[in-house]
Amino acid sequence: MTGRIFLLGDDIDTDQLAPGQYMRGGIEAIMAHCLEAVRPDFASSVRPGDILVAGRNFGLGSSREQAAEALKRLGIAAVIARSFAGIFYRNAINLGLPVLTAPSLDGVQDGDMAELDLDAATLSLPERGLTLQLDPLPGNLRALIADGGLVAHLKKRFARETGGS
Amino acid sequence: MPQTLAQKIIARAAGRETVRPGEVVTARVDLAMIHDSGGPRRVEPILRELGVGLFDPAKVVLISDHFVPGDTEEGARILALTRDWAREKGVAFHDGEGICHVVLPERGHLRPGMFVVGGDSHSPTGGAFGAYMFGIGATEMAGVLATGEIWIRVPETILIEWTGTLSPGVMAKDIMLALCGRLGMDGGRYQAVEYTGSAIAALDMQERMTLSNMAAELGAQTGLIAPDEVTAAHVTAAGGDPGDWQGLRSDPDATLVEHHRFDAATLAPQVAAPHSPANAMPVTEAPETAIDIAYIGACTGAKYTDLKAAADILRERKLAPGVTLAVAPASRRDQDRAAAEGIMGVFEGAGARILPTACGICAGYGADRLAPGTTCLSSTARNFRGRMGDPSARVWLASPMTVAASAIAGRIADPREFLGQAA
Repeated sequence: MTGRIFLLGDDIDTDQLAPGQYMRGGIEAIMAHCLEAVRPDFASSVRPGDILVAGRNFGLGSSREQAAEALKRLGIAAVIARSFAGIFYRNAINLGLPVLTAPSLDGVQDGDMAELDLDAATLSLPERGLTLQLDPLPGNLRALIADGGLVAHLKKRFARETGGS
Repeated sequence: MPQTLAQKIIARAAGRETVRPGEVVTARVDLAMIHDSGGPRRVEPILRELGVGLFDPAKVVLISDHFVPGDTEEGARILALTRDWAREKGVAFHDGEGICHVVLPERGHLRPGMFVVGGDSHSPTGGAFGAYMFGIGATEMAGVLATGEIWIRVPETILIEWTGTLSPGVMAKDIMLALCGRLGMDGGRYQAVEYTGSAIAALDMQERMTLSNMAAELGAQTGLIAPDEVTAAHVTAAGGDPGDWQGLRSDPDATLVEHHRFDAATLAPQVAAPHSPANAMPVTEAPETAIDIAYIGACTGAKYTDLKAAADILRERKLAPGVTLAVAPASRRDQDRAAAEGIMGVFEGAGARILPTACGICAGYGADRLAPGTTCLSSTARNFRGRMGDPSARVWLASPMTVAASAIAGRIADPREFLGQAA
């Protein structure tokens, strides 16, 4: 998949991704204000297939999964970061949003066009002649993402259990 | 194979003799706690889509706290939906009785050795009772409610030892701010933190809960404290059964990934500057900072012990001109006890505003939010930009004692200046 890079810094928290004051509304309200404190143009300029690249501890803070859901519904293809906060990481996988860590993201610039290969766990930046190696996802998590997230995965499981009885 | 406390609890929940850090296992949960924000309104549509009910309604506890008191139209609608769901499913339901992390143990739901998930990031609070408790999102919670199971990567254990004794005016909150500053908000690396040492053993259960609660701010999956006589007595008094807790401790030769040692006697009261708990510093090194709002609230900073500590500073004193002190007790039961002991009267006498017992300004979900440009000193856990109000508001974090002292001084102040001397 190919998309444009949005480059963010360290410690992007869930209040930046899904601001509390919009939590009583629906996901559309949260999407419209996603990341506005650090990237006011984000919600209006993001396009399906775009990729977020960030620093350390992406998604720290609340367990609210609207933080991951808003990114997915805005069309973000994957989040690649130096590290993730644990609950956000689990939420993203459960919603079918690929999240990958990388030992180094040096050389990536905001606005770059990039190609992400989930199977090979690589991020290629053709304009820079650069291919970054990402940490491959563990097998059980790749299966969850491949199914489209936890709900789809459980549907398959329940169908199998019902079918087998 | 020697096991850490985390390994012992997870092995039991996974039906195994032992588990190794790093391996992924499927575990059965003993209890699932949900609240009004991530609970019914989010999980019920998923359960419907899956076409299944609850794995065991007796193992589900629902607590309303985020949208209480329902001061917005949407908040009131979400609370109504929450109440209908509780009635329909027949789960234990505590409505408007306080913040989930405080109400859960207060009502005897938590026991040492349990494996528990909570639909909130401060769920590590349960670790204070020697339960492996951690936070998950709503979709994952729906999966747990449907199956009773969850996968977990067996964590490594980071041992955090505090020897010595805390000085007067220094609280568990100061320990956590100092740790956030020292280790950073990703210092826990989603592993298990375990607190130990004489300074920890000397704390009451609510102070221990503050340590486990803010394991979330260290980025740990949970924050365990091995149960002792204090734990067992507290669980019994809450109507729970502490069970066979004596073996629930890390084996002496269990593998630790890190072991940090600190001396409690040298710890000063801490404050954390906007906009991160990791911006911690001793209050003595804080720049001169005038405050508009002093907030004593949240599961982190408004339990009975927190209220009592703040009142000890405030007694017979008045707020500085222009300063608002807002107090949102963490549970109704804690508030009632504080009222019976004259603690709520101290807040009222000082001119404080008493807010509903709920997540309140800390979650920032309701009508009460910080106005643009205000400076707030808060006993809560997080001071991320925009969380408690307008993005231009500046939130500092401190212990309830430091918040009380600062409300009197009108600026960030050292609570030790107000100890043991009449107003």
